[in-house]
Amino acid sequence: MTPSQDLAIELRHISKSFGLVRANHDISMQVQRGTVHGIVGENGAGKSTLMSILYGFYQADRGEILIDGKVRQITSSRDAIDVGIGMVHQHFMLVDTLTVLENVMLGAESHALLNKSSIDARAELQKLADEYDLGVELDAVTGELPVGEQQRTEILKALYRHAEILILDEPTGVLTPQEADQLFRVLRALKERGVTVILITHKLREIMDITDTVSVLRLGEMVAHRNTVDTSVEELAELMVGRRLVESSFSRVENPGSRKGIEVRDLTVIDQRGKKRVDNISFTVKHGEIVGIAGVAGNGQSKLLEVLAGIAQPSSGDFEIGGYQCKPGKPLNPSRCRALHINHVPEDRLKLGLVKAFTAAESALLGYHNERQYSIRGFLQLKSIRAMCARLMEGFDVRPGNPSLRSSTFSGGNQQKLILARELEKNPEVLLVGQPTRGVDIGAIALIHQKLIEMRDAGCAVLLVSVELDEIMALSDRILVMFEGRIVGEVKGGDADKTQLGLMMANAMEQAS
Amino acid sequence: MKLNWRFALAAAGLWLAAGVAQAADYKPAVVFDMGGKFDKSFNQGVYDGVEKFKSETGIGYLEFEVTNEAQREQALRKMAQRGADPVLGIGFAQAPALEKVAKEFPDTRFAIIDMVVDLPNVRSIVFKEQEGSFLVGVLAALASESGKVGFIGGMDIPLIRKFACGYAQGVKYANADAEVLENMTGSTPAAWNDPGRGGELTKSQFDRGADVVYAAAGGTGVGVYQAAKDAGKLAIGVDSNQNYLHPGTMLTSMLKRVDVAAYNVFKDSMDDKFTPGIQVLGLAEAGVGWAIDEHNESMITADMKAAVEAASAKIIAGDLAVHDYTSDNSCPQ
Amino acid sequence: MNTSAVPLPAWIEVVLIPLLNILLALIVAGLIMLTIGVDPVEAVAIMIRGAFGYDEAIGYTLYYTTNFIFTGLAVAVAFHASLFNIGGEGQAMIGGLGVGLVFLLLDSVLPTLLLIPIGIIAAALFGAAWAFIPAWLQAYRGSHVVITTIMFNFIASSLMVYLLVNVLIKKGSMSPETREFEPGAWMPFMHDFLAWFGFDVTRSPLNLSLVLALVCAFLVWIYIWRTRWGYELRTAGFSEDAAVYAGIKPKTVVISAMCISGALAGLMAVNEIMGVHHRLILNFTAGYGFTGIAVSLMGRNHPVGIIFASLLFGVLYQGGAELAFEMPKVSREMVVAIQGLIILFSGALALMLRPWVVRIYLMLRPPQVQAAS
Repeated sequence: MTPSQDLAIELRHISKSFGLVRANHDISMQVQRGTVHGIVGENGAGKSTLMSILYGFYQADRGEILIDGKVRQITSSRDAIDVGIGMVHQHFMLVDTLTVLENVMLGAESHALLNKSSIDARAELQKLADEYDLGVELDAVTGELPVGEQQRTEILKALYRHAEILILDEPTGVLTPQEADQLFRVLRALKERGVTVILITHKLREIMDITDTVSVLRLGEMVAHRNTVDTSVEELAELMVGRRLVESSFSRVENPGSRKGIEVRDLTVIDQRGKKRVDNISFTVKHGEIVGIAGVAGNGQSKLLEVLAGIAQPSSGDFEIGGYQCKPGKPLNPSRCRALHINHVPEDRLKLGLVKAFTAAESALLGYHNERQYSIRGFLQLKSIRAMCARLMEGFDVRPGNPSLRSSTFSGGNQQKLILARELEKNPEVLLVGQPTRGVDIGAIALIHQKLIEMRDAGCAVLLVSVELDEIMALSDRILVMFEGRIVGEVKGGDADKTQLGLMMANAMEQAS
Repeated sequence: MKLNWRFALAAAGLWLAAGVAQAADYKPAVVFDMGGKFDKSFNQGVYDGVEKFKSETGIGYLEFEVTNEAQREQALRKMAQRGADPVLGIGFAQAPALEKVAKEFPDTRFAIIDMVVDLPNVRSIVFKEQEGSFLVGVLAALASESGKVGFIGGMDIPLIRKFACGYAQGVKYANADAEVLENMTGSTPAAWNDPGRGGELTKSQFDRGADVVYAAAGGTGVGVYQAAKDAGKLAIGVDSNQNYLHPGTMLTSMLKRVDVAAYNVFKDSMDDKFTPGIQVLGLAEAGVGWAIDEHNESMITADMKAAVEAASAKIIAGDLAVHDYTSDNSCPQ
Repeated sequence: MNTSAVPLPAWIEVVLIPLLNILLALIVAGLIMLTIGVDPVEAVAIMIRGAFGYDEAIGYTLYYTTNFIFTGLAVAVAFHASLFNIGGEGQAMIGGLGVGLVFLLLDSVLPTLLLIPIGIIAAALFGAAWAFIPAWLQAYRGSHVVITTIMFNFIASSLMVYLLVNVLIKKGSMSPETREFEPGAWMPFMHDFLAWFGFDVTRSPLNLSLVLALVCAFLVWIYIWRTRWGYELRTAGFSEDAAVYAGIKPKTVVISAMCISGALAGLMAVNEIMGVHHRLILNFTAGYGFTGIAVSLMGRNHPVGIIFASLLFGVLYQGGAELAFEMPKVSREMVVAIQGLIILFSGALALMLRPWVVRIYLMLRPPQVQAAS
């Protein structure tokens, strides 16, 4: 352990407001050199704002930043790089069409001539890769790499710019458990060599696994600092949420009956670029069961959901949903889905689920604007729309419960609750749910899970797509694992084992056998 | 040649000139069209004429520059309301507006250039542009060594075709085998003020073998003359005497004496000699013609001069009829 | 400080900030006037008197306003569907062509009561048809409407020149224009209309098209915010993905929005061709189609805002002419410069003052402490 005065980062009384909204209030924090420091907090607790201040995207209204004991003015990412801070964003900042080498060099070329720079960079990167176990093929086109390697590219990028402090924002959200393990090995190697790591996450297990110290943010304020060895998942969760959480576990359905809600036969979807997104899959979902689809993001689950909801069309194969036979020449569309009581909670709520600029009432109408009670001879019935929205908000505890507020002013959890309310209130026969709790705070997750179980118990056929393995495991009666468009495994909900699922998600089982 | 309708987003300029002291009871007015009074062409010709009147008599005048269709009527009426007399409208586009306003103010004298408005208090002045163009066509044919001559029009409208048609007739008259290349700069009013495009068209005509080019294109002509100078070939100016622009490559200019016409409207009114009705100004009335001065006399040989003067005399005498395109919207070929 | 996220009361957003923008523009314009030795206060007084001072001036101001309402609404409707219709100019020209063709055929056959609605419908249909082609290309071939509508302005202009020079021209006429329509096909002038009720008003180009424009503004408001088609249009405008999710066909929205936009632009021809010129002429659009973009921008794409922005532009056009008339030193180019400054500050720099306004607003109002959500 390094001496306590050897601080890589010290934040003193940082405050930042966006208008009337206090994103960070009087935050102080110390991180010692060569340690891994975790920052946890619910969505909207101010984690990202704080890191953006550190990385120069925002300037703090008050307070100061000390790097290596010296007060620094960081007004741009360039300044941040100059003082040795590197950042790996949740959404990678890579140019998909460039090679790994080109991406790493971009903006940090050592020579005016590209050729010369790339020779230098190649040697340097090889050294870094060996040192930190960061194997990435330098000449591969970045967009074609698995996400884990893309993330390593980002880390290489930061190290190539001589980062002494590495900030990772939700780095495991897109990784399989095995990839996450590999990332943690890299982070430990970095720590060994004196690099300071800040890990932003809402996954408490990761914090327990890898960090030395942890800070908890709640509602823009720093509520606790702990040495990781002195704390527990339960304590951190309480600190994050501000109250004790009840662990909930749900009953499983073993034999749901025979009525099929969804039956997919040999379904293949090829996207516009000619890439096979869904590859010859077949499965069924019966009424009264939840089938979960596990998989790392980008393995075809999203496309599958879009096809079943009538948004995208299959390239070959057919499926039956809610009693409707969908074949080439007889396509499904979202309006028909709604008429058949097939409801869809989309994965990307901000892009599909609602319209940010609309009022909550207008967003609550999305998809149902042609219904008689909401539009008569083309004229919108504003009163009944408002009343409908107010009813939904009440039923799902959407706060603030004001239908006239813009959708964008609601927090992620409340937006999600509004969308779920809209779709679940229609008494669906078949429910398609994508990432129901992504970016949703812990308090709301419990409610959402409860509602999904209620739907199942009411006889609805539920197809759940989520990249959160914990969620899939908690809710599903059966679990299908998707990898590169194919279904590579099926497990009963009650029998699921995280390691096994993780291996399936990486398709290691099949390769091994 | 005229430059009305130039594309403009703006409002207009209208002001009282100084020096009205002398004759408060005599207040002439002029309404320029969209090109504005400094268009180096048609409107400017009128401006020169009324300025000459002002400097000779010391009597100022009201003026207005139109920038959109609706302002013509507004400006003419405003002039009449302010007691201006006579009120001179420039360009055929002002005819409908002038007709309306002239009816409302029967005691005010009006005049219009380039169009006929048949009212007892209106003098209409039109020109036989085809005759002047015929003469420069003769000169072009005689000066050409390749037997190919060019014409660059501004916006493609009947008036410009009238120029082109007269020109072509003159060329054929002097050399029946000669070929006339014809291009219009464009179909929008921007064509009146596009010297770049004018230059390109001219170069293209030179590439196709022409060695004399006549421009009837307002501000676009500047580009035509420049291109001729750069290529060492000949160009012919229009409306006012533009020979001075590039001495040595400006063969001549077709003159359309709007300045004289405008001056006469003011002068006649002042002298109580204003006559309503139609004035058709051709070669015989010295309303159109061709320019020879110190800038181009070296290029005009005695033979050329004799040929042009002979043609001119024949036209004046009525022995040679130059077809007017606008009479039947076609050109004999 | 990121101030764009701070909500301001509506009166500051839609009244105070636009007024400050205009004030700022006038201050800059005033500085320019000072350099040429013109008293800016007097100049503004002349402009306002020139726009509202007597009934003929008001007539002209409102006549310009009418054009801007039509073209501003046209831009706004497309904008709500996230389309940038720059083709108002061409659509208005073709709208005029529609009026011209119908009236040249029918004006001596049908009575006024039929001719006027037929003319209005023709203007709207032709304008819509001209917008339909770029819309179809956008929806089904992915050609960007910004590019195609600009191109269609040129095509419209060329088509008009061809038709007026070669086909529709009045025999023996020097100008490329059609014969005058029979008086039965004229949109009644406001001064004539008011005279029927015993009001004596000086003649001006103002005609009943103003009423049509205001009705259109109201209908646009109803359409966009009170009907399901408007809801579909806004949904597709904000998020195409959300529209697809909601069962809305974005292609249909693109086409219907552009056709409505084109129809509104086409209606500008009612004011110009049916109301003022009574014959089809070239270039009657005079750039009003383009000015509509600035009008819509300034009016925040809302019909009420557009009416006020149109009035402002009407004042600028008419008051500007008067200014040049009264002040010898102010040339017409100067007037263009002043108009340009107002467009610049109210349109392009519309949000320039907002951060400062937000700061002052927050200073004057004790911040209610609100935690991050």
